[in-house]
Amino acid sequence: MTRFRAALAFALLLLLAAPFVLPPYYVTLMLPALAYGIILLGFNLLFGYTGLLSFGHALFVALGAYTVAVMSGRLGVKSLEASIAVAVVVSVVVAVPVGLLCVRYVRIFFGMLTLAFGMLFHSFLFKFYNLTGGDSGIPVVRPSLGGMDFPGLDKTAYLIGPFYFYSLALLLVLAYLMWRIVHSPFGTHLRAIRDNPRKAEYVGVRVHAFRLLAFVISAVYGAVGGTLLAVPVGLADPDLAYWTHSGVLVFMTVLGGFGNFFGPVLGAFVYVALQDQLMSLTQYWRFALGVVLILIIVLFPTGLMGLVERRHSRARPVTEQGDA
Amino acid sequence: MSAVLETRSVGKDYGEFRALHDVTLSFSEGEVVAIVGPNGAGKTTLVNVLTGLARPTRGDVLFRGRSIAGMGPVRLAQMGMARAFQLVQVFPQLTVFEAIATAVISQQRRSLDLWHATQAIDAVRSRVAQVADIFGLRERLDGLASYLSQGEKKLLDIATAFALEPQVILLDEPTSGISSSGKRVMMDTLMEAARKTGIKTLLLVEHDMDLVAEYSTRIVAMTEGSVLADLAPAAFFADPQLAATIVGKPHAGAVA
Repeated sequence: MTRFRAALAFALLLLLAAPFVLPPYYVTLMLPALAYGIILLGFNLLFGYTGLLSFGHALFVALGAYTVAVMSGRLGVKSLEASIAVAVVVSVVVAVPVGLLCVRYVRIFFGMLTLAFGMLFHSFLFKFYNLTGGDSGIPVVRPSLGGMDFPGLDKTAYLIGPFYFYSLALLLVLAYLMWRIVHSPFGTHLRAIRDNPRKAEYVGVRVHAFRLLAFVISAVYGAVGGTLLAVPVGLADPDLAYWTHSGVLVFMTVLGGFGNFFGPVLGAFVYVALQDQLMSLTQYWRFALGVVLILIIVLFPTGLMGLVERRHSRARPVTEQGDA
Repeated sequence: MSAVLETRSVGKDYGEFRALHDVTLSFSEGEVVAIVGPNGAGKTTLVNVLTGLARPTRGDVLFRGRSIAGMGPVRLAQMGMARAFQLVQVFPQLTVFEAIATAVISQQRRSLDLWHATQAIDAVRSRVAQVADIFGLRERLDGLASYLSQGEKKLLDIATAFALEPQVILLDEPTSGISSSGKRVMMDTLMEAARKTGIKTLLLVEHDMDLVAEYSTRIVAMTEGSVLADLAPAAFFADPQLAATIVGKPHAGAVA
């Protein structure tokens, strides 16, 4: 436990120091990783803790991105907090009916239904040109952070300065909230549902209602992360809702390890770094990423975090499972 | 004595097949009822109807005077009825503590607490510790359920049902899959647990007639979906014909 805390403190220190030591390019690269970190914390509440694998989670990411685009680009509301608040409301309004239908199914049926909703939303974004800008999307105007516009900063300085720390702070706050949730009685019930829904019902767990609640919470995290994702790009486009983007979320989660609370966050950072490096090396970077995914699943099914944990526990004498 | 749980002319059909036919039973506080009968006699269907898993085709099921026909297990658990299945049901990736805590959280109505750590809630911890003590799982609290032995899994499964503090508990073959020497230990544990946790009525589906003779206060014998006999153990085993019908051979240790 002390080792865990030390590792956490070290990671936090790295994240705080990054803008001061890393070249600006790499700092901008960390922005999507921070946003994906938030998205995946929510995604993994559903997948790792409740046992529901969504293939349409990008829907909520896109919802967040389009919210900040409409707010800043169309309505002229520059406050990012306002955009985030609206994104939360919009994601809840969408997630409740979608979730009500989806959580009645499990395993592949749940996955296919969420995929279908994701595709529906993608078509909507793509075809309703007047409302959504079609394939060209909606531009995101640089939002103000906590009421401050930072007029003296150019785009890069804004992104690697205030926006970086804003994103990091949001990730930390939301990670703390999620940590409380997964360790709470509610979180215990979610894991009971994941492990054995039939048995869970017989010990009084409200299986459907809690799956829905987990779905809605994960949607909110997806939308909040989505607003952050759209700002550095400066655009919300339909690709954000495309099913391959949902696939990327699954990839990151498996890469980092869904059995660990921080696994998906690690996965987000490693994926973003990997993609950047591979893209600069070869145009066949998707092929290389595919190979990485295969290797992870075959060799390290518990992901990178699982790898770290296993090494750690190997180094310790076994104390728990011996005969009492 | 007032009835805790009763069925009124309950029938259950699966298509053409009549799994239950005109079953009227009443269970009171303080009873340990053994439901016996050959395979296909309708024992499990009866338990399913009693626990809301199956909705009766005809008739009604009442728990403390309220109809619970097809109510569903979650609300029944809240009302005070628990059940453990014949095939052991655990949460493989949860620790023993978390598995018992799952039931304790339901019982204490804390499931919408999204803020406090389950491990840090005193009322949950002390209750989990009590239940674990009764079932001899105290040393196992931090271990994953999937690492338990088969017998311990069975104990944990039943312990989670007891942790709900139900008034009625239905156990479908609690001693199945346990060695013959372990069966008595299991039954003694159950009886003690029922006494310590204040469970008023215990319903068991059981094949082992020695155990039935020793532990039950009442025997409900079923064949072909109907109640053949509803007697005290002494009266039941005094009728060699009856015992023979149920177990297929005369029972040796007849009078208990």
